[in-house]
Amino acid sequence: MSDVVHDFTADALAWRPYLAPVVLDAATPAQRDALKETPSNTKISDYVLVLAHDPESLGQRTPLFNGIMYGRGGLSRAERELGATAASVVNRCIYCVSVHAGRYISLAKQPEVIAAVFDGTEAALGARDQAIVGYATRLALNPPQATNEDVQALREAGLSDLEILDLTLSVAVFGWANRLMHPLGEAIRPKEA
Amino acid sequence: MRPNVIEQLIEAPPGSPVAQALAARAPLMQASQANYDAVLTPQDPGGLSQALRFALAARVARLGGDARLAAHYAAGGALPETDAGWQDAATTAILRHVDLIATTPRDATQADIAALQAAGVTTGDIVRLSQLIAFVSYQLRLIAGLRLMGATP
Repeated sequence: MSDVVHDFTADALAWRPYLAPVVLDAATPAQRDALKETPSNTKISDYVLVLAHDPESLGQRTPLFNGIMYGRGGLSRAERELGATAASVVNRCIYCVSVHAGRYISLAKQPEVIAAVFDGTEAALGARDQAIVGYATRLALNPPQATNEDVQALREAGLSDLEILDLTLSVAVFGWANRLMHPLGEAIRPKEA
Repeated sequence: MRPNVIEQLIEAPPGSPVAQALAARAPLMQASQANYDAVLTPQDPGGLSQALRFALAARVARLGGDARLAAHYAAGGALPETDAGWQDAATTAILRHVDLIATTPRDATQADIAALQAAGVTTGDIVRLSQLIAFVSYQLRLIAGLRLMGATP
């Protein structure tokens, strides 16, 4: 369909599921319970309503995801978003990329870092960004290709073990999210307001 | 508290930097185990039996190059030889989908979901299957990173 987006962008996109979302009025008690774990009081997304077909997993996944991406201490929020974006580029989850590239840019104010991730030109970045993107990209591949040298580069760039673990968690949880969002739906241009 | 499978499979030397980092993130490791329970041993397994879930998880781990994780899952279940709840077409479609999403999720399209549906896999089971594949993909990357940070083996 003509509104489907196939190229990486940090612009806001929408997501259209391939499976029918759970209808809230018809949701089972278990589904309603799992949906309470959703992050905010905003409208429940079609993505979450599709995942509500498996309420046990949805109910456990949401707090883990939020803890990894928004938990206190350790790696900065921006750099967690950078790891998430690099993983999403590997897995070509166009919608995931748009959300997390956008968040990185709004937190770090460095659109050029995202441009380099999209182009695969991260060798031109500073040592810290380069180390983060390199590790994230290779850990996201299947099988994972990250090496001792990648971790050494992170340490030399000044990341603590806690920061490296936080980066690992963000890449890993996007190895998960990308395998839901991209196979279960597609990124589309948002309707004109 | 239930034993944490990741911490059973790898060992962070006591007092090491990786052990300290893991201790600082203990709530996330517990949440990871809660997710393991939700996708491997759910109260409502739908059309995916526990044995099938462990067999598929072993396949994802093997495709991800983690023999130790694959052995953990293989000990928990094998593909049914003659099928208990699945038509052969459904099992075949599920295995094909597992291989695609574990290895090259970037290549997935709507046609892959349609193939599962055509083989009789329900919407609920497609979501359950997706969560299973995706969770093991998460777990094996977390373990790979922990090993690089100094956990053994």
